[in-house]
Amino acid sequence: MNFNRIYALGLRHLYLIINSFPRVLDLIYWPTVQIFLWGFISKFFTLNSEYYNNTVGVILTAAILYDFLFRASISFNMMFLEEIWSRNFTNLFIAPIRIREIIAALTLTAIIRTLIGLIPAVLIAIPLFGVSVLKLGVPLIFLLLALYLFGITLGLLVTSGLLRYGPSFENIAWASLFFLAPLGCIYYPIEILPTSLQIIAKSLPLVHIFEEMRNILMNSSVNYLNIFKSISISVAYFIFGVIIFYISYFGAKKRGTLINMGE
Amino acid sequence: MLIEVKNLTKIYNKYLAVNNISFEIKKNKTVGLLGPNGCGKTTTIGMILGLVTPSSGEIKFEDKNISLFKRDEILKKFNFASPYIELPKKLTVKQNLEIYGRLYGVDNLDKTINDISVDLDIKNFFERKTGELSSGQKNRVSLAKSLINKPEVLLLDEPTASLDPDIGDFVRSYIQDYKSKNEITLLLASHNMSEVERLCDSVIMMRNGKIIDNGTCEELIKKHGRDNLEDTFLKLARSKDEL
Repeated sequence: MNFNRIYALGLRHLYLIINSFPRVLDLIYWPTVQIFLWGFISKFFTLNSEYYNNTVGVILTAAILYDFLFRASISFNMMFLEEIWSRNFTNLFIAPIRIREIIAALTLTAIIRTLIGLIPAVLIAIPLFGVSVLKLGVPLIFLLLALYLFGITLGLLVTSGLLRYGPSFENIAWASLFFLAPLGCIYYPIEILPTSLQIIAKSLPLVHIFEEMRNILMNSSVNYLNIFKSISISVAYFIFGVIIFYISYFGAKKRGTLINMGE
Repeated sequence: MLIEVKNLTKIYNKYLAVNNISFEIKKNKTVGLLGPNGCGKTTTIGMILGLVTPSSGEIKFEDKNISLFKRDEILKKFNFASPYIELPKKLTVKQNLEIYGRLYGVDNLDKTINDISVDLDIKNFFERKTGELSSGQKNRVSLAKSLINKPEVLLLDEPTASLDPDIGDFVRSYIQDYKSKNEITLLLASHNMSEVERLCDSVIMMRNGKIIDNGTCEELIKKHGRDNLEDTFLKLARSKDEL
């Protein structure tokens, strides 16, 4: 790994953000809208639901964590798509940067894009709805780590699809997370799902992350086994994502799509 | 021999894009790669740059198969410019050159960027976004990027396409001047025959994925009984028989 090259590619995406105020606004806008929407829904449930009535902000905290996952994945995809849209793709792939350095650069830069969007939303939730994700305490760091790894994995899988099928795969990039959301048990306990779907859901880290989040907020206790499970599953998916990315890269070289990507 | 291409073939599904071609490029020489659209020039360039995996055959750089080099090790020695690929439009010229300088691990980056910018006369729009530039300006910035690492091998795909005669001449003169002052080997794909005559030591003519002839411009013109390279190109491109 050459950190200068990783920094260079990261810098390319930071300059893109710095040079464009509408881009910063776009990053902040959607998470903030989400907070408002789920904040009011959360408030309504808190007042009217027996399940939630003692735990202000479970839904809003879930919305914030889910948005973190969503932003991480989309940030990764967006940075890759930017190279296609700007027709810079070939320049990037003929530069002496290794594939693992490209993955590292996009992974590290995605966190900055994600936080630019999410921090204002998290801060707004505190005075407006009296909800702070920081109430999750130290386990929050581990939950965010698991979410981030899984978000990046989804980003890797979508970018692999872009390498394989070209820009026509772009729509899948936007739809990918919505596909998994019902199985992630973000806003409801896993018991809500039919038994067969529960088995599939348990193979995703999301269930363990959001079950644990609810456990911490509702029972004021921490089940570290759940946290360990969520991180382990996320790491396994991440490794899988990296392998798929490499397979797609070598496949793209075979098909010659790297030389005319974006056309 | 700096670059040796041996029995190179590329098949996309069932389409034969490059058909068993072999050629050599000596160090510090400029070789023109000519042929009608779709003849396999870009695929050949793609294979040399490692963007396309050959179906068979090999490419050697300094007597070593290119596939045996580490990706960053070999690509440091190469660079490429084409009007069909661009630099990020929302970044300024300076930012783009800085990023590519870092990606190529250029030492003394500020000085290198400054020198190349003065030479290519791009300093006056250094702080402008690349997407806001005219095609002539973009072309010079793209050339600056392709020379930022002082490549041993530079591949140029139609470097003066869509440029007005004045800027086109500036770019050709610059390439000539740069070559006279630096050790660099050039592979130039072009449809501009006067450009090829002016810049290239020898040319390779391709058609339907095959090399149909090669030699110096003078040799080819004489061999095919034409007055200039353009007429020679037309004869070769339109002839049905292999030569």
